[in-house]
Amino acid sequence: MDYAEVGLIAGLEVHQQLFTEKKMFCHCPAGRYVKSHDGSVLRHMRPTLSELGEYDGTALMEFKTKKNIIYLLNEQNVCTYEMDDTPPFLVNQQAIDVAIEQCLMLNCDIVDEVHIARKQYLDGSIPTGFQRTAIVGVNGKLPFSGREITVLQVSVEEDSCREVSDQGHLIVWRTDRLGMPLIETVTGPDLRTPDEVAEAILLVGRVCRSTGHVRVGIGASRQDVNVSVRGGHRVEIKGVPQAWWARKLVHGEAVRQVNLLRLRGHLAERGFKSGDDIQIRHAEVTNLFAQSELTILRAASFEHFCKDERRRPGFELGNGPFCARAVRLKGLAGTLSFPTQPDLTFAHELSGRVRVVAGLDQQPILFHSEKWPDYRGSLDELKRVRKRLRCEEGDAVVLVWGPTEDTLTAAEEIRLRYVDAIRGVPAETRQPFRDGHTDFERILPGPDRMYPDTDSQPTPVTRERVELLRAGLAMRPWEREQRYSAAGVPTAITHYLIRRGGANLVDHVVTQGADVKQACFLFGERLKFLRRAGVAVDRIPLERWCEYFASLATTPLLRQAWQQIVRALATTPELTVTAVVDQLGLGTPPRDWRDHIAAAVKPALSDAYSLDAERLGRLLMGRVMPELRGKVDVEEIKAALKREIERALKR
Amino acid sequence: MSQAPDALKGYKGHAREKLQGWGVRVWSDVCVVNDAGSRFEGVILPRSETLDDQHIVIKMKNGYNVGVQVDRVREIREVGYKEAIYKIPEKEFPTNPALRKVTLLGTGGTIASRLDYRTGAVIPAFTPGELYGAVPELADIANLTTKKLFGVFSENMAREQYIALARAIGDEIRGGADGIVIGHGTDTMGHTAAVLSFMVQDSPVPIVIVGSQRSSDRPSSDAALNLIHAVRAAAYGDIAEVQICMFGPTSDRFGLLHRGTRCRKMHSSYRSTFRTVGDIPLCQVSRDSFVYLNRDYLKRDPTRQVKIDAVYDDRVTILYYYPGMTPDLVDALVEKGYRGIVIAGTGLGHVNKPLYPALKHAIQSGVHVVMCVQTLWGYVQMYVYDTGRDLLDLGIVPLENMLPETALMKLSWVLAHTDQREEVKCMMRQPINHEVTEREPHNGYLIMQGGLPETEAYIAAHWK
Repeated sequence: MDYAEVGLIAGLEVHQQLFTEKKMFCHCPAGRYVKSHDGSVLRHMRPTLSELGEYDGTALMEFKTKKNIIYLLNEQNVCTYEMDDTPPFLVNQQAIDVAIEQCLMLNCDIVDEVHIARKQYLDGSIPTGFQRTAIVGVNGKLPFSGREITVLQVSVEEDSCREVSDQGHLIVWRTDRLGMPLIETVTGPDLRTPDEVAEAILLVGRVCRSTGHVRVGIGASRQDVNVSVRGGHRVEIKGVPQAWWARKLVHGEAVRQVNLLRLRGHLAERGFKSGDDIQIRHAEVTNLFAQSELTILRAASFEHFCKDERRRPGFELGNGPFCARAVRLKGLAGTLSFPTQPDLTFAHELSGRVRVVAGLDQQPILFHSEKWPDYRGSLDELKRVRKRLRCEEGDAVVLVWGPTEDTLTAAEEIRLRYVDAIRGVPAETRQPFRDGHTDFERILPGPDRMYPDTDSQPTPVTRERVELLRAGLAMRPWEREQRYSAAGVPTAITHYLIRRGGANLVDHVVTQGADVKQACFLFGERLKFLRRAGVAVDRIPLERWCEYFASLATTPLLRQAWQQIVRALATTPELTVTAVVDQLGLGTPPRDWRDHIAAAVKPALSDAYSLDAERLGRLLMGRVMPELRGKVDVEEIKAALKREIERALKR
Repeated sequence: MSQAPDALKGYKGHAREKLQGWGVRVWSDVCVVNDAGSRFEGVILPRSETLDDQHIVIKMKNGYNVGVQVDRVREIREVGYKEAIYKIPEKEFPTNPALRKVTLLGTGGTIASRLDYRTGAVIPAFTPGELYGAVPELADIANLTTKKLFGVFSENMAREQYIALARAIGDEIRGGADGIVIGHGTDTMGHTAAVLSFMVQDSPVPIVIVGSQRSSDRPSSDAALNLIHAVRAAAYGDIAEVQICMFGPTSDRFGLLHRGTRCRKMHSSYRSTFRTVGDIPLCQVSRDSFVYLNRDYLKRDPTRQVKIDAVYDDRVTILYYYPGMTPDLVDALVEKGYRGIVIAGTGLGHVNKPLYPALKHAIQSGVHVVMCVQTLWGYVQMYVYDTGRDLLDLGIVPLENMLPETALMKLSWVLAHTDQREEVKCMMRQPINHEVTEREPHNGYLIMQGGLPETEAYIAAHWK
């Protein structure tokens, strides 16, 4: 696909958890995750009006889904704030400080007065029904492959719950992550290809990491990718866990939007020009399938399904008896198999809405006339359905099943999705999958879901505070890259150092006199292997590293014994480097080291394959080095070996 | 109260001068550029009066608000004007002849509310159409009429409001309502429930007071469900008493109907804040059921004639005793003309000895002094210790297990009837609706102690 030709544009919203001791609006410990709970709460959400007097579309959609929401609580990491039974405490100023640092890294203009807003979410991911969030900076920029990406805003907000399960009308959330502070960096729609999106995710990640005050690990950073093509609409792919996923996802979304625009044209040609042109009729057809070989449509099998999945009335299960409902789509034959995402068709768009909004989630969610399952009597049954609905040739049929009320919601959702198709690309939030496809998550929220937080006072940000933070600011990633690459460090190592926090160590030891390249290789390359081998290198405190590089400066030969020293430091981080060096006997040659070499040569002559002096030399180096590394200079050892070998061969 | 609307609402001093200079006002849709070249496009919002005079607040197009320092503004241009009309979509409340008639009397509180830009706080809003727009389920329960009596926060409820409310209830009942719902702020809901229990007696229909702990401007609000429960209890419940209807657990499960004289707000913010003290609640109410827990109540009986006795003397106070309290406090109350003092005493109903002369003087001066316990649960028992007997000798009236707030409301009501010592004593000690009970059931006092294995097992297995 020629992305420029279809007018692909993309932007990012990167979420990054902050490393603070406590959560953002209460005094619970941050970053303490659990797998168990000792209490639970059941809630529901209702849409409310924005301060400008309007309902948000997402909120209304989420209200239609009639979700029962359960929160799992553990007293170790949540208090009554998280369960929305206590108003917020004063906002965590440490979090605002980190957000300001991020803003400074991105050359943002720090806002003069921070106002906390409520951003509505009715999916239950936050028990209040809204996320507390505030803009801290605007108008920033980010150097990106020879040009600049704009940063629209940096905000600080509380993290949401973690989803445990979502079945039918019940969604279960764990509250441990709820309320953790995070920053959201929003870029302009400045990216033009899937590769650029992946690159930019990594770049923003490096900026976050460079502050030195963010969390790392699974789930600590998540990004939403906004994508549209010319004539399409912004679609948010929510929670892309890793940068490389973005390539396929962005490509897939571009394809989807181009196809949806084609479908719009196709529908227009067939005379579907406004929402009123979409006419549906639906009817209960449960009895037509009472004996069907498509057993999933029998009431008894639905009962089994509910029993196996433990679907309880009033929780997971919707209202009404089992029903198979067929929906006639007048004049829309052929549209269900219209391509959308790579390998998917428009029917997938319908099933996403049905699953989320109607709560009908038994796979495959729906059947339709353009891909009717093949079984004995299948064609007859489809014919009977068509007859019941008085279908004509050009009509398409979709069939859904489940509790009666939900099937009615589903029929209406199917109609609404077709109405959207006439307009083109609906504004949606979509859930990403590893293989690169996405599925409907919710209608894209608009500004109407924002509401000022009446529980919190606005805070002015003083210039003094900003300047103080600016003075202590770590180096920006592109500044580091420049500096390290000038010293001959490969970019991959530099990126690793920024991502894993080693860069701050490098900068610190360098100010103490260490060599940039040596420090980069140690922290960005060598330690990686020791860490993988299970050596607790992260226990070694900063002062030891300073001592280490100071001792290298005075005794360069210690560098050869770096591994021994680091291993010893990791086991006994309380010992100084001098003490460790003494203990290992490093730095000075043992008095009998030449005898040791001479003694090694004789047995080597007998087990060597070849008596070539050079080969013998290499073999012997390997044998004597473990004993002499860091004690005697390698060149001296080589020379001594050479002499001894020559002497022995002469004999 | 009425003022000309201020085009620069909430702005003062420096910021106000700047706005005037620029010729823009609140609700102006503007484009602002500051000294760093940042653009802020959006609507100028009113500003809370408690904030400084250095910033203007802009609601940006993406919905966020930011404060912009006025001295940093380099360019400001009005591109439009967009006054926010915060209104719950108003729809005419549909009537269904098959359903019962319920009157909702509004006093204020957050059962229905909207944002106040002046203070940044939430203020009440209330019309039947709005309520129907916000909670359409109500139309399936009853035919609702609403009357806004006043719009005050519950801490501002006082004599005038109590009297007006009692009279309005009488009017509605005589007008044929099948039940009354009163929207009320939760802070002093218990006080109102108590005083109405005395002012409105022999009601033929339920009188249900309801509010919310999370304002209705939040998606997670308890307002809608509380209202649904309350309207159901008023329309179809069997209890023709003044009762409070609020969440049982903090989960969206069911409401509890609490007797007006025995109920108290026990947590500053929990949804399940109301508790019946010293007894069990009257009834459990959900969207589709009533489970009566307490059999001893006044049943609905449309033929009964309501008795409205709306009098109130507010020269009555509570003295919350603490160790080391000095007599001058009591003297001051007498001097200032208070006619009644409810003492919330320690333990079984005690105060220290140095207070005796002052209390004796108060009683001799005609002040009526009654005793409740600050432990809330349990009875006043002034015979156990000498100190108690001494107090009885002074003429202090023990009120058994009457809650201090209920005693305050009752004494205020009684003293509006009589000043005769014996009559006051008799009226105070003779229960009108269970404000004093003869027996305390053993499950009338249950505060589970968290952390105990058995409690943890219970809360792990039940909705909080």
